[in-house]
Amino acid sequence: MIKYTLQRLGLMLLTLFVITLVCFVLIRMLPQPVVQPGDPHQAILEERMEAMGYGKPYLEQFGMFLRDIFTKFDWGVSFKNYVGRPVTEIFVEKMPPTLLVNLYSIVLAIPIGIILGIWAALRKNSWIDHTISTLTMVCISVPSFVYASLIQYFLCFKLDWFPILMKAGTDYFSWPMFRSMIPAVLALSFGTIAGFTRTTRAELTEVLTSEFMLLARTKGLTKTQATVRHALKNCMVVVLPSIFGSFISILSGSLIIEKIFSIPGLGDFYLNSITALDYNIFMLDTCFYTTIGLLAAVVVDVSYGFIDPRIRMGSKK
Amino acid sequence: MENYERIPAEKFAFVQADQILHDKKLQTKARSYFADAMIRFRKNKSSVVAAFILAFLILFALIVPIVSPYSIKDKDPNGLYTSFAPYVPAIAEKKLGIFDGAYSPDSANEYAFAGYKAIGIETGMDPIISIDSTTSNYEIIRGQKVEKKFYKLTVNQYFSKGIIVRTFSRAQYDEILAWQNESGIRVIYPWVESSDICGMTGREAENTWYKVKDETGKPEYDANGDFIPAYSTDKTIEAWEYTGKRFESDDGSYIYARGKAKDESGKYTSCQLRICYYNYYIFKMGHEPSYVFGTDSYGRDLFTAIGCGARFSLIFALIVSVINMFIGAIYGAIMGYYGGVVDLIMDRIIDILDGLPFIVCTTLFQLHLAQKVGVVPAFLFAFVLTGWTGMASLVRKQFYRFKGQEYVMAAKTLGASDKRLIFKHIFPNSLGTIITSCALIIPGVISSETNLTYLGIINLADFSGTSIGELMALGQAGYMSHPHSLFFPALFVSLLLICFNLFGNGLRDAFNPSNRGVED
Repeated sequence: MIKYTLQRLGLMLLTLFVITLVCFVLIRMLPQPVVQPGDPHQAILEERMEAMGYGKPYLEQFGMFLRDIFTKFDWGVSFKNYVGRPVTEIFVEKMPPTLLVNLYSIVLAIPIGIILGIWAALRKNSWIDHTISTLTMVCISVPSFVYASLIQYFLCFKLDWFPILMKAGTDYFSWPMFRSMIPAVLALSFGTIAGFTRTTRAELTEVLTSEFMLLARTKGLTKTQATVRHALKNCMVVVLPSIFGSFISILSGSLIIEKIFSIPGLGDFYLNSITALDYNIFMLDTCFYTTIGLLAAVVVDVSYGFIDPRIRMGSKK
Repeated sequence: MENYERIPAEKFAFVQADQILHDKKLQTKARSYFADAMIRFRKNKSSVVAAFILAFLILFALIVPIVSPYSIKDKDPNGLYTSFAPYVPAIAEKKLGIFDGAYSPDSANEYAFAGYKAIGIETGMDPIISIDSTTSNYEIIRGQKVEKKFYKLTVNQYFSKGIIVRTFSRAQYDEILAWQNESGIRVIYPWVESSDICGMTGREAENTWYKVKDETGKPEYDANGDFIPAYSTDKTIEAWEYTGKRFESDDGSYIYARGKAKDESGKYTSCQLRICYYNYYIFKMGHEPSYVFGTDSYGRDLFTAIGCGARFSLIFALIVSVINMFIGAIYGAIMGYYGGVVDLIMDRIIDILDGLPFIVCTTLFQLHLAQKVGVVPAFLFAFVLTGWTGMASLVRKQFYRFKGQEYVMAAKTLGASDKRLIFKHIFPNSLGTIITSCALIIPGVISSETNLTYLGIINLADFSGTSIGELMALGQAGYMSHPHSLFFPALFVSLLLICFNLFGNGLRDAFNPSNRGVED
């Protein structure tokens, strides 16, 4: 098990390395950032560009990039949006809104999703199941900006329950701030709820028809006992890893939801760096998103082995 | 019963001692795999409905840009009809409350209300559809209690533009006049000089043709409570003689063309006209404004724009899925068939491509390639680069499933080449799965494409005119006053994606009955 985990992590690092290298070279091949003449930061920026190794061979630049990260955790400074400030510093500043909104949304979505899934599976082929399945289908198909817009239009504008945009400021745990986050949280949770409902329903229907359930009933367990003690446990083998996965991927946030509700988070940060061609921010974001994606996949795979002893990870076929 | 063990031999007779036995031909027609799948598909009601709606939406996207009277670049002549509500003249006349260009402005005070009424009286097109509510406020002004009424109105946005003042050259003036005489639709209205309406200027003044008490536009009524016309009769400012049919109340003294600029010899070279914008639109475009879904914030017909955006999305998604299916199938086939080290190395490549966030990939392609090969090819490359891995994994799984089966062994024993085994024996068996997953890839591509155009990372305006994502973003910006501009694109894209997914799921269930109900 440990060997398998280490192996997966090793492979992950290798993949990450290759992606970083490719993206790094592609970004450095773009036209160089131009420092405006007369810019008060000119001296610093030129010095930084010198230090980043512009003009040297790409591989050498990449070496310098890695050296800076490993020795000083220095990802460079912003050239456009936040001139002269280290990108990691801004990044950490942008983290809390994204993190909170996503955290609230999955804390809300996971129980609802699982409960709906269980309900649908237990009442399979009844109208309840059909309704839930259809709604799930709709929520998964419809792009998130559609229901984000609908929520904003009806709940925030027509009914005036919540502010239209997220409140500015850094008082992340105050009530007005929480209230202004609710629309975004709702918009984010639709997709997650639908995902969990679908997984739970599919898994539980399969488990409910398996033979050990019949055995449990034959032993004299009531239907509830059999479902709670046997079926749910087995169904969680699939559901739990995806919970871990979604906890990791909340870090990456949602560009669209952040744009619509003007959340000053990572998505916003990323979009602005693209429009302004702020390369260092772009590079940091690329590495970040890649790491999150890869890590989530590894966590999901490895957690299968921890949760279910029947699954022997990494064993020969 | 006890003696049937000892049946005498003579009781036995040969059934067909003198005839040759043949295999009986099947009485029923044999069903092919696809026919079988179709029967299963037809049983799935929701998928069939989805398929019909989908067919309708696809036809919509293909036909609308061709048959629509507007092209994607068409705007109204002066760009005034921006974010206007749906309006179809023939339906609006029936007063059903739909397609009537209805818009509810912020509450109007008495002068504004009178202004709307005046537009109706002057142009003959009454913008007021209904008065929803009237509220009275009382204010104390100079010791007197004054009632101030406020009206909540629903107005026809297209009529409410009323008259606008624009500058025209002699040639344009003659052209309008000739058209007006020919068609009998009045475009040019008598001139009102600013000094005759208490020096009012700006947008309100353009529609003020009646006497007012002060420059706020408070109307002055005659004994019957009607407006008193304030048309100019000052011949000294008239640029050119008006030769058309005169206005109803005109006794021949009104002037129409107000002189604007003079050349050296003192002759007017341009004039200002009060033109009825609705009729001017007919003059310019050749038909009445008719916007089934209203207009977007650029003044384009939303109906046509959705059609154009959807047409691009669908064709693009189809191309992407076909390319991805092709690459993925071949790649997956090689991986699955050879296995071992080949599989391991090729799997690493997939890992890397999968790990690359799509949004980063698209951005890099846009930055590097969009200048050289255009936005759309760069976008296509981004989709193709990362999109085929899912298909490859799927095909690989199918190959692992089939390659150990007896019929493949048999073919191998008979000396079939690798190529033959892959394409003749294994591949056809996994075709059903591949095709159905293609039906599920298309909505995924449409969804990503819409997301990216919505975020503005990709701008398709130069290529296809617009995209659903762009329309959504435009609608999002002004949805508070014009919900239709958000509603229609949102409805279209939601319906399209729901139907695609339902249809795809139905197909998958039909082709793999064993997977029924299992969603992944």
